[in-house]
Amino acid sequence: MGLALEKDDPVAALVDRLSRDGTDGGWAAEARSAALSRLAGMGLPGRRDEYWKFTNPAPLTAAAAADVAAMPDETADVFAEATPLRLVFVDGRFDADASDALALDGLEIETLATAQAADIHWARDVYGVLEAAGQSPVERPLAALNSAVARDGIVIRATGQVTRPVQFHHRHTAASADCAVHHVIRVEEGAALTVLETGAAAARFNKVMEVEVADTGRFNHVRIQGRDRERLAATHLFARLEAESAFKSFTLTVNGALTRNECVIELTGDDATAHVAGACIGEGDFHHDDTVFITHDAVNCESRQVFKKVLKSGATGVFQGKILVQPDAQKTDGYQISQGLLLDDDSQFLAKPELEIYADDVVCSHGSTCGAVDETSLFYLTSRGISKEDATDMLVLAFVDEAIQEIEDDALADVIRAQLAGWLDRRRG
Amino acid sequence: MLEIKNLNVSLEEEEKQILKGVDLTVEAGKVHAIMGPNGSGKSTLSYVLAGRDGYEVTDGSATLDGTDLLDLEPEERAAEGLFLAFQYPVEIPGVGNMTFLRTAVNAQRKARGEEELNAAEFLKLVRAKAASLKIDADMLKRPVNVGFSGGEKKRNEILQMAMLEPKMCILDETDSGLDVDAMKLVAEGVNALRDEGRAFLVITHYQRLLDHIKPDVVHIMADGRIVKTGGPELALEVEENGYGDILAAVA
Repeated sequence: MGLALEKDDPVAALVDRLSRDGTDGGWAAEARSAALSRLAGMGLPGRRDEYWKFTNPAPLTAAAAADVAAMPDETADVFAEATPLRLVFVDGRFDADASDALALDGLEIETLATAQAADIHWARDVYGVLEAAGQSPVERPLAALNSAVARDGIVIRATGQVTRPVQFHHRHTAASADCAVHHVIRVEEGAALTVLETGAAAARFNKVMEVEVADTGRFNHVRIQGRDRERLAATHLFARLEAESAFKSFTLTVNGALTRNECVIELTGDDATAHVAGACIGEGDFHHDDTVFITHDAVNCESRQVFKKVLKSGATGVFQGKILVQPDAQKTDGYQISQGLLLDDDSQFLAKPELEIYADDVVCSHGSTCGAVDETSLFYLTSRGISKEDATDMLVLAFVDEAIQEIEDDALADVIRAQLAGWLDRRRG
Repeated sequence: MLEIKNLNVSLEEEEKQILKGVDLTVEAGKVHAIMGPNGSGKSTLSYVLAGRDGYEVTDGSATLDGTDLLDLEPEERAAEGLFLAFQYPVEIPGVGNMTFLRTAVNAQRKARGEEELNAAEFLKLVRAKAASLKIDADMLKRPVNVGFSGGEKKRNEILQMAMLEPKMCILDETDSGLDVDAMKLVAEGVNALRDEGRAFLVITHYQRLLDHIKPDVVHIMADGRIVKTGGPELALEVEENGYGDILAAVA
């Protein structure tokens, strides 16, 4: 791999575990080698790292992951009405037979392995590049690890108005599945693309998605994580947004022993917008961490972060969100809200909202709250004959709805609402 | 229908007795009004009957057609046919008014072993009832009571009452915050629901509302108990002379 690592080095152990055979063209070999160097330079995250203050990274960095029983495949068709082009990953490996053909009007699409094997490819300007840029000012070693080892993923270049969404659907079948998946997306000028993600992926899942949106391009992302209880997951979404582009990402998470979703966005072109939102519901052995870093590097851009966490029976929710406004990013409009709803006294919500502003003509606000279900609302609902359990679910759904409203497409938002309502119902049943 | 005997209630969090032996019987088909000065315990009575947390019943009983209300959860009391129109209807952002109404109606139907209404049936019913209360489609679509004016909130309470068709309706200061026109609309909504099988307990400060919802019996409540009971003329007496004379007479 071009870099000598000590045999008992934990970095080497992880790289070794996650590496798979494949063919690298020149650009891919370089990108992989550069990522490995970054990783070696940083080392793996530890409990003492400020950025991991609320989340113990040990299970994510251990040489091996504990087995997790495979999940029944239940979310493959949730977005069926949107008629997505469905691409299936089984235990983190792309499964061409189970997937739709890699062809869709308005975009070029291929597997990461195919792109990596080519000597020359446009993906060289994105793969590992956005990730590398996202390593400063805060290091994200697990993302570098992913760039260093990944061989599975999808590479998409949207060139027009893509009418059907692209769905990455995961199936988890082998209890020991421990994998890295890396998607590369470029939305060209004036193009629009929606990416959906569903399914339980693996016992331990490391995923990176790099998204570059050119001038006036639009990218929408809706993801459902769950319902696998014991999974470990570290995901990174890196985005670079050029002038007048629009980016929206929403994640619904249910269950999961440890999930760290990082989202790193740089607004590099004027008048761009970025909305990142998430809703999670967990109980018991559940630790969910949303870490967001949005850098405003251009004039008149807007960013929103809306995160809602519903926690019960010892669950932990973490939010670390930052808005960094660079000196030239005048007229920035930044907003951030994170809220925890604790359904009992055993759960906790930990939040670190941060604003760092170097421009003088900006509007930035942030808020973070934590509380229980409102007793007055609960009484009002139950006094109309609605059971306490149903009333609580209604209030939970209402609580997370502000995040769901961030989804651009109303029909997709309704799918999320229905999915969540169904899961809440099942949890009680 | 509603029978309250020697009801004694304290606040749970502090040793403060609010109700000190309330006796009250409301018969089917009748409208009873409770009037009384601030702090006399009128709202507490309504909350205790509906089952709100925070109160401790230290003595006495309250039954609805023989069923002990005090043992039941709020939703069970509702299913028994009890309804409280709130003095301050609660705003619930994120819960659609329509969803709320339909969930409530079907929860009660289910509890009573009746068939649930499907979306079309429900829509037809709610539209008809909403129209008579001048509640437009927009109000039905909005989150429960969010952004509603005072009058709209009270009309929304009456709409819920009309949809749920309870047998015992308690109206807690439904006239507060209403102008004359809104009060008329609300009163019409209530009057439309009057029938032989249904009883009303109307709690109010003022006689005004009782011009529109004619009571059969008027009770004066003071310091946690019913101190005087009479006909509609009692309300007029309060209107003219205030509570002072009555309270002095019974003291």
